[in-house]
Amino acid sequence: MNTDQAARAGYRRFLERRSFIEMNARERVRAVLDPGTFREMLDPFDRIKSPWLPLQGIVAQADDGVVLARGTLQAKPALIAAIEGAYQGGSMGEVSGAKIAGALELALDDCAQGRLIWPVLLFETGGVRLQEANLGLAAIAEIHAAIIALRRYVPVVGVIAGMVGCFGGMSLAAAVCTHLIVTPQARLGMNGPEVIEQEAGIEELDATDRGLIWSLIGGEQRYAAGFADDLLEDDADAVAAAIRKAISTGPASARAPARSMQVERYAELIRAIDPDQPPDSESLRRLWKPKALP
Amino acid sequence: MEKIQYDYPAQHTVKQRVHVGVVGSGDLEVLLEPSPDARTHVVVNTSVDGFGATWKNVLDRFFARFHGAVSIEINDFGATPGTVMLRLGQAAEGLRA
Repeated sequence: MNTDQAARAGYRRFLERRSFIEMNARERVRAVLDPGTFREMLDPFDRIKSPWLPLQGIVAQADDGVVLARGTLQAKPALIAAIEGAYQGGSMGEVSGAKIAGALELALDDCAQGRLIWPVLLFETGGVRLQEANLGLAAIAEIHAAIIALRRYVPVVGVIAGMVGCFGGMSLAAAVCTHLIVTPQARLGMNGPEVIEQEAGIEELDATDRGLIWSLIGGEQRYAAGFADDLLEDDADAVAAAIRKAISTGPASARAPARSMQVERYAELIRAIDPDQPPDSESLRRLWKPKALP
Repeated sequence: MEKIQYDYPAQHTVKQRVHVGVVGSGDLEVLLEPSPDARTHVVVNTSVDGFGATWKNVLDRFFARFHGAVSIEINDFGATPGTVMLRLGQAAEGLRA
Protein backbone atom coordinates (compact mmCIF):
# COMPACT_ATOMS: atom_id res chain seq x y z
CA MET A 1 0.00 0.00 0.00
CA ASN A 2 1.51 3.37 -0.97
CA THR A 3 1.42 6.46 1.21
CA ASP A 4 -1.61 7.91 -0.58
CA GLN A 5 -3.66 4.76 -0.13
CA ALA A 6 -2.61 4.50 3.52
CA ALA A 7 -3.62 8.11 4.09
CA ARG A 8 -6.98 7.52 2.40
CA ALA A 9 -7.61 4.37 4.45
CA GLY A 10 -6.76 6.27 7.64
CA TYR A 11 -9.05 9.12 6.58
CA ARG A 12 -11.89 6.68 5.87
CA ARG A 13 -11.41 4.99 9.25
CA PHE A 14 -11.54 8.41 10.89
CA LEU A 15 -14.79 9.30 9.09
CA GLU A 16 -16.46 5.97 9.83
CA ARG A 17 -15.43 5.94 13.49
CA ARG A 18 -18.05 6.88 16.08
CA SER A 19 -16.45 9.23 18.61
CA PHE A 20 -17.00 8.07 22.18
CA ILE A 21 -15.78 11.37 23.63
CA GLU A 22 -18.44 13.36 21.78
CA MET A 23 -21.27 11.23 23.23
CA ASN A 24 -23.10 12.28 26.37
CA ALA A 25 -23.31 9.85 29.29
CA ARG A 26 -26.57 8.18 28.16
CA GLU A 27 -25.33 7.75 24.59
CA ARG A 28 -22.10 6.21 25.91
CA VAL A 29 -24.02 3.62 27.94
CA ARG A 30 -26.13 2.67 24.91
CA ALA A 31 -22.98 2.42 22.76
CA VAL A 32 -21.38 0.02 25.25
CA LEU A 33 -24.28 -2.36 26.03
CA ASP A 34 -25.51 -5.10 23.71
CA PRO A 35 -28.02 -3.47 21.29
CA GLY A 36 -31.58 -3.30 22.64
CA THR A 37 -30.68 -4.28 26.22
CA PHE A 38 -30.39 -0.77 27.72
CA ARG A 39 -32.68 -0.43 30.75
CA GLU A 40 -32.16 2.73 32.80
CA MET A 41 -32.65 2.87 36.57
CA LEU A 42 -33.60 6.17 38.26
CA ASP A 43 -33.99 7.91 34.92
CA PRO A 44 -34.44 11.69 34.54
CA PHE A 45 -38.24 11.41 34.92
CA ASP A 46 -37.75 9.98 38.42
CA ARG A 47 -36.24 13.39 39.19
CA ILE A 48 -33.85 12.10 41.85
CA LYS A 49 -31.74 15.26 41.78
CA SER A 50 -29.54 17.36 44.00
CA PRO A 51 -31.45 19.10 46.79
CA TRP A 52 -28.38 21.27 47.53
CA LEU A 53 -27.58 22.99 44.21
CA PRO A 54 -30.85 25.00 43.88
CA LEU A 55 -30.30 26.31 47.43
CA GLN A 56 -27.04 27.73 46.10
CA GLY A 57 -28.64 29.21 42.99
CA ILE A 58 -27.51 26.46 40.62
CA VAL A 59 -29.90 24.68 38.22
CA ALA A 60 -29.97 20.93 38.93
CA GLN A 61 -30.07 18.21 36.26
CA ALA A 62 -32.92 15.72 36.61
CA ASP A 63 -30.60 12.68 36.92
CA ASP A 64 -27.88 14.54 38.90
CA GLY A 65 -25.43 13.74 36.12
CA VAL A 66 -25.29 9.97 36.56
CA VAL A 67 -26.81 7.42 34.20
CA LEU A 68 -27.34 3.95 35.68
CA ALA A 69 -28.36 1.13 33.42
CA ARG A 70 -28.71 -2.62 33.41
CA GLY A 71 -28.28 -4.60 30.23
CA THR A 72 -25.95 -7.21 28.85
CA LEU A 73 -22.37 -7.37 27.53
CA GLN A 74 -22.06 -10.36 25.22
CA ALA A 75 -25.12 -11.78 27.00
CA LYS A 76 -23.53 -11.37 30.47
CA PRO A 77 -25.67 -9.34 32.91
CA ALA A 78 -24.03 -5.94 33.31
CA LEU A 79 -24.38 -2.74 35.31
CA ILE A 80 -23.11 0.45 33.70
CA ALA A 81 -22.68 3.71 35.60
CA ALA A 82 -21.78 6.72 33.47
CA ILE A 83 -20.95 10.20 34.68
CA GLU A 84 -22.01 13.22 32.58
CA GLY A 85 -18.89 15.38 32.32
CA ALA A 86 -20.72 18.39 30.89
CA TYR A 87 -22.90 18.78 34.01
CA GLN A 88 -21.06 20.44 36.91
CA GLY A 89 -17.75 18.98 35.71
CA GLY A 90 -19.01 15.44 36.31
CA SER A 91 -18.79 16.18 40.02
CA MET A 92 -19.94 13.68 42.62
CA GLY A 93 -22.65 15.06 44.88
CA GLU A 94 -24.77 13.32 47.49
CA VAL A 95 -27.26 11.97 44.95
CA SER A 96 -24.97 11.20 42.01
CA GLY A 97 -22.50 9.50 44.35
CA ALA A 98 -25.23 7.54 46.11
CA LYS A 99 -26.65 6.39 42.77
CA ILE A 100 -23.32 4.81 41.82
CA ALA A 101 -22.55 3.46 45.31
CA GLY A 102 -26.06 2.04 45.75
CA ALA A 103 -26.04 0.34 42.36
CA LEU A 104 -22.60 -1.19 43.01
CA GLU A 105 -23.75 -2.42 46.44
CA LEU A 106 -26.83 -4.08 44.91
CA ALA A 107 -24.60 -5.72 42.30
CA LEU A 108 -22.36 -6.89 45.16
CA ASP A 109 -25.35 -8.49 46.94
CA ASP A 110 -26.22 -10.32 43.73
CA CYS A 111 -22.62 -11.46 43.17
CA ALA A 112 -22.39 -12.71 46.78
CA GLN A 113 -25.49 -14.84 46.15
CA GLY A 114 -23.95 -16.35 43.03
CA ARG A 115 -25.78 -14.16 40.49
CA LEU A 116 -22.81 -12.49 38.83
CA ILE A 117 -23.20 -8.96 37.46
CA TRP A 118 -20.36 -7.31 35.55
CA PRO A 119 -19.96 -3.64 36.56
CA VAL A 120 -18.53 -0.98 34.24
CA LEU A 121 -17.82 2.60 35.26
CA LEU A 122 -17.61 5.34 32.62
CA PHE A 123 -15.70 8.10 34.40
CA GLU A 124 -15.77 11.75 33.38
CA THR A 125 -15.38 13.60 36.65
CA GLY A 126 -13.54 16.36 38.45
CA GLY A 127 -14.13 14.48 41.72
CA VAL A 128 -16.22 15.65 44.64
CA ARG A 129 -18.82 18.38 44.05
CA LEU A 130 -17.54 21.23 46.22
CA GLN A 131 -21.08 22.56 46.85
CA GLU A 132 -21.95 19.24 48.55
CA ALA A 133 -18.58 18.68 50.18
CA ASN A 134 -18.61 15.90 52.78
CA LEU A 135 -21.79 14.29 51.45
CA GLY A 136 -20.08 13.76 48.12
CA LEU A 137 -16.87 12.55 49.75
CA ALA A 138 -18.79 10.01 51.85
CA ALA A 139 -20.42 8.65 48.70
CA ILE A 140 -17.03 8.43 46.96
CA ALA A 141 -15.66 6.40 49.88
CA GLU A 142 -18.64 4.04 49.53
CA ILE A 143 -17.88 3.70 45.82
CA HIS A 144 -14.26 2.74 46.62
CA ALA A 145 -15.37 0.14 49.16
CA ALA A 146 -17.94 -1.33 46.78
CA ILE A 147 -15.44 -1.63 43.89
CA ILE A 148 -12.90 -3.37 46.12
CA ALA A 149 -15.55 -5.78 47.44
CA LEU A 150 -16.93 -6.45 43.94
CA ARG A 151 -13.62 -7.22 42.29
CA ARG A 152 -13.33 -10.40 44.36
CA TYR A 153 -16.20 -11.74 42.26
CA VAL A 154 -15.93 -10.08 38.86
CA PRO A 155 -13.53 -7.75 37.09
CA VAL A 156 -14.60 -4.13 37.61
CA VAL A 157 -13.89 -2.21 34.41
CA GLY A 158 -13.31 1.56 34.31
CA VAL A 159 -13.16 3.79 31.23
CA ILE A 160 -11.71 7.31 31.10
CA ALA A 161 -12.36 8.74 27.66
CA GLY A 162 -12.06 12.52 28.12
CA MET A 163 -12.24 15.39 27.80
CA VAL A 164 -12.91 16.02 31.52
CA GLY A 165 -10.75 13.14 32.74
CA CYS A 166 -10.89 11.63 36.19
CA PHE A 167 -9.72 13.52 39.26
CA GLY A 168 -9.89 13.76 43.04
CA GLY A 169 -11.45 10.95 45.02
CA MET A 170 -12.78 9.44 41.82
CA SER A 171 -9.22 9.00 40.52
CA LEU A 172 -8.86 6.53 43.39
CA ALA A 173 -12.05 4.78 42.23
CA ALA A 174 -10.44 4.44 38.78
CA ALA A 175 -7.21 3.22 40.37
CA VAL A 176 -8.94 0.39 42.27
CA CYS A 177 -10.73 -0.91 39.18
CA THR A 178 -9.54 -4.30 37.98
CA HIS A 179 -9.11 -3.05 34.44
CA LEU A 180 -8.76 0.57 33.33
CA ILE A 181 -9.27 1.73 29.73
CA VAL A 182 -8.05 5.18 28.61
CA THR A 183 -7.78 7.20 25.41
CA PRO A 184 -4.97 9.64 24.57
CA GLN A 185 -7.43 12.45 25.42
CA ALA A 186 -8.03 11.09 28.96
CA ARG A 187 -6.38 12.51 32.06
CA LEU A 188 -6.02 10.73 35.38
CA GLY A 189 -4.76 12.42 38.53
CA MET A 190 -5.54 13.43 42.09
CA ASN A 191 -5.35 17.24 41.71
CA GLY A 192 -6.24 18.83 38.40
CA PRO A 193 -3.82 21.28 36.76
CA GLU A 194 -5.85 24.37 37.75
CA VAL A 195 -5.84 23.31 41.39
CA ILE A 196 -2.08 22.70 41.37
CA GLU A 197 -1.42 26.07 39.75
CA GLN A 198 -3.70 27.82 42.23
CA GLU A 199 -2.18 26.14 45.29
CA ALA A 200 1.51 25.83 44.33
CA GLY A 201 1.92 28.70 41.88
CA ILE A 202 2.48 28.99 38.15
CA GLU A 203 6.21 28.17 38.62
CA GLU A 204 5.11 24.69 39.73
CA LEU A 205 2.64 24.09 36.89
CA ASP A 206 1.23 26.27 34.14
CA ALA A 207 -2.35 25.01 33.79
CA THR A 208 -2.59 26.42 30.24
CA ASP A 209 0.32 24.25 29.00
CA ARG A 210 -1.66 21.37 27.49
CA GLY A 211 1.37 19.51 26.18
CA LEU A 212 2.98 19.50 29.61
CA ILE A 213 -0.25 18.47 31.36
CA TRP A 214 -0.93 15.53 29.05
CA SER A 215 2.72 14.44 29.30
CA LEU A 216 2.23 14.18 33.07
CA ILE A 217 -1.30 12.82 33.51
CA GLY A 218 -2.56 12.11 29.99
CA GLY A 219 -3.82 8.72 28.85
CA GLU A 220 -0.67 7.77 26.92
CA GLN A 221 1.62 8.57 29.84
CA ARG A 222 -0.60 6.78 32.38
CA TYR A 223 -0.69 3.73 30.13
CA ALA A 224 3.06 3.80 29.53
CA ALA A 225 3.74 4.08 33.27
CA GLY A 226 1.51 1.09 34.02
CA PHE A 227 -1.56 2.80 35.52
CA ALA A 228 -3.95 1.83 32.74
CA ASP A 229 -4.42 -1.48 30.95
CA ASP A 230 -5.68 -0.40 27.52
CA LEU A 231 -4.90 2.68 25.45
CA LEU A 232 -7.50 3.14 22.70
CA GLU A 233 -8.27 5.68 20.03
CA ASP A 234 -11.49 7.64 20.55
CA ASP A 235 -13.81 5.04 19.01
CA ALA A 236 -17.05 3.81 20.61
CA ASP A 237 -16.80 0.37 18.98
CA ALA A 238 -13.21 -0.04 20.18
CA VAL A 239 -14.26 0.90 23.73
CA ALA A 240 -17.16 -1.57 23.64
CA ALA A 241 -14.85 -4.32 22.35
CA ALA A 242 -12.16 -3.62 24.98
CA ILE A 243 -14.77 -3.81 27.77
CA ARG A 244 -15.97 -7.20 26.47
CA LYS A 245 -12.39 -8.47 26.33
CA ALA A 246 -11.69 -7.23 29.87
CA ILE A 247 -14.69 -9.07 31.35
CA SER A 248 -13.90 -12.30 29.52
CA THR A 249 -11.00 -12.99 31.92
CA GLY A 250 -11.40 -15.91 34.30
CA PRO A 251 -12.11 -15.80 38.04
CA ALA A 252 -10.29 -13.38 40.33
CA SER A 253 -7.92 -16.13 41.47
CA ALA A 254 -6.62 -16.39 37.89
CA ARG A 255 -5.82 -12.69 37.64
CA ALA A 256 -2.71 -10.80 38.75
CA PRO A 257 -3.18 -9.10 42.14
CA ALA A 258 -4.89 -5.69 41.86
CA ARG A 259 -2.58 -2.69 41.60
CA SER A 260 -3.87 -1.40 44.93
CA MET A 261 -2.75 -4.64 46.64
CA GLN A 262 0.82 -4.36 45.38
CA VAL A 263 1.87 -1.90 48.07
CA GLU A 264 5.52 -2.97 48.33
CA ARG A 265 6.03 -2.91 44.55
CA TYR A 266 4.69 0.64 44.25
CA ALA A 267 6.62 1.79 47.36
CA GLU A 268 9.75 0.53 45.60
CA LEU A 269 8.85 2.43 42.42
CA ILE A 270 8.43 5.63 44.43
CA ARG A 271 11.76 5.03 46.20
CA ALA A 272 13.42 4.80 42.79
CA ILE A 273 12.70 8.50 42.25
CA ASP A 274 15.03 11.21 43.56
CA PRO A 275 12.77 14.14 44.52
CA ASP A 276 15.69 16.56 44.07
CA GLN A 277 15.94 15.46 40.45
CA PRO A 278 12.34 14.82 39.40
CA PRO A 279 12.16 12.67 36.25
CA ASP A 280 10.59 13.93 33.04
CA SER A 281 7.79 11.93 31.39
CA GLU A 282 10.13 9.81 29.27
CA SER A 283 12.43 8.80 32.10
CA LEU A 284 9.46 8.02 34.35
CA ARG A 285 8.17 5.60 31.71
CA ARG A 286 11.60 3.95 31.62
CA LEU A 287 11.80 3.83 35.43
CA TRP A 288 8.35 2.40 36.02
CA LYS A 289 6.95 0.58 33.04
CA PRO A 290 9.12 -2.56 33.02
CA LYS A 291 8.66 -3.04 36.75
CA ALA A 292 4.98 -2.10 36.73
CA LEU A 293 4.09 -5.06 34.55
CA PRO A 294 3.04 -8.09 36.61
CA MET B 1 -31.71 31.30 39.28
CA GLU B 2 -35.23 31.93 38.06
CA LYS B 3 -38.33 29.76 37.61
CA ILE B 4 -40.74 30.74 34.83
CA GLN B 5 -44.05 29.02 33.99
CA TYR B 6 -46.23 29.18 30.88
CA ASP B 7 -49.38 27.42 29.69
CA TYR B 8 -50.48 26.87 26.11
CA PRO B 9 -53.62 25.40 24.53
CA ALA B 10 -53.17 21.96 22.93
CA GLN B 11 -54.98 20.03 20.22
CA HIS B 12 -54.05 16.38 20.68
CA THR B 13 -52.73 14.03 23.32
CA VAL B 14 -49.21 12.66 23.53
CA LYS B 15 -48.28 9.26 24.94
CA GLN B 16 -44.48 9.12 25.08
CA ARG B 17 -41.82 10.72 27.24
CA VAL B 18 -38.70 12.24 25.72
CA HIS B 19 -35.53 13.47 27.39
CA VAL B 20 -32.86 15.44 25.53
CA GLY B 21 -29.89 17.63 26.42
CA VAL B 22 -27.55 18.27 29.30
CA VAL B 23 -27.47 21.02 31.95
CA GLY B 24 -24.04 22.06 30.69
CA SER B 25 -22.54 25.39 29.71
CA GLY B 26 -24.66 26.99 26.97
CA ASP B 27 -26.96 23.99 26.87
CA LEU B 28 -30.18 22.83 28.51
CA GLU B 29 -32.13 19.72 29.39
CA VAL B 30 -35.71 19.14 28.19
CA LEU B 31 -38.04 16.66 29.90
CA LEU B 32 -41.19 16.20 27.84
CA GLU B 33 -44.06 14.00 29.03
CA PRO B 34 -47.84 13.67 28.58
CA SER B 35 -49.82 16.50 30.17
CA PRO B 36 -52.20 15.59 33.03
CA ASP B 37 -54.90 17.69 31.32
CA ALA B 38 -55.70 18.93 27.82
CA ARG B 39 -53.30 21.87 28.02
CA THR B 40 -49.54 22.27 27.67
CA HIS B 41 -47.51 23.30 30.70
CA VAL B 42 -43.96 24.59 30.58
CA VAL B 43 -41.66 25.12 33.55
CA VAL B 44 -38.32 26.76 32.90
CA ASN B 45 -35.57 26.66 35.53
CA THR B 46 -32.80 28.93 34.27
CA SER B 47 -29.45 30.01 35.66
CA VAL B 48 -29.77 33.40 33.91
CA ASP B 49 -32.23 35.87 35.45
CA GLY B 50 -34.26 38.51 33.62
CA PHE B 51 -34.92 36.87 30.25
CA GLY B 52 -38.63 36.04 30.73
CA ALA B 53 -39.65 37.97 27.61
CA THR B 54 -37.08 36.13 25.47
CA TRP B 55 -38.25 32.77 26.80
CA LYS B 56 -41.85 33.68 25.99
CA ASN B 57 -40.89 34.64 22.41
CA VAL B 58 -39.07 31.36 21.83
CA LEU B 59 -41.85 29.25 23.38
CA ASP B 60 -44.62 31.18 21.54
CA ARG B 61 -42.86 30.46 18.28
CA PHE B 62 -42.36 26.75 19.11
CA PHE B 63 -45.98 26.20 20.21
CA ALA B 64 -47.30 27.95 17.11
CA ARG B 65 -46.20 24.76 15.31
CA PHE B 66 -46.39 22.12 18.04
CA HIS B 67 -49.85 21.29 19.40
CA GLY B 68 -49.37 18.19 21.60
CA ALA B 69 -50.67 18.31 25.19
CA VAL B 70 -47.39 17.96 27.07
CA SER B 71 -45.72 18.91 30.33
CA ILE B 72 -42.27 20.28 29.61
CA GLU B 73 -39.59 20.94 32.18
CA ILE B 74 -36.55 22.86 30.98
CA ASN B 75 -33.39 22.99 33.05
CA ASP B 76 -31.29 25.69 31.43
CA PHE B 77 -27.63 26.55 31.87
CA GLY B 78 -27.36 29.66 29.71
CA ALA B 79 -28.48 28.29 26.33
CA THR B 80 -29.04 30.82 23.53
CA PRO B 81 -32.55 31.08 22.01
CA GLY B 82 -31.26 29.17 18.97
CA THR B 83 -30.07 26.28 21.12
CA VAL B 84 -33.35 26.25 23.05
CA MET B 85 -35.29 26.01 19.78
CA LEU B 86 -33.04 23.18 18.53
CA ARG B 87 -33.47 21.19 21.76
CA LEU B 88 -37.27 21.67 21.70
CA GLY B 89 -37.29 20.54 18.08
CA GLN B 90 -35.17 17.52 18.99
CA ALA B 91 -37.63 16.60 21.77
CA ALA B 92 -40.58 16.91 19.35
CA GLU B 93 -38.71 14.73 16.87
CA GLY B 94 -38.20 12.15 19.64
CA LEU B 95 -42.01 11.87 19.90
CA ARG B 96 -42.20 10.75 16.28
CA ALA B 97 -39.35 8.22 16.67
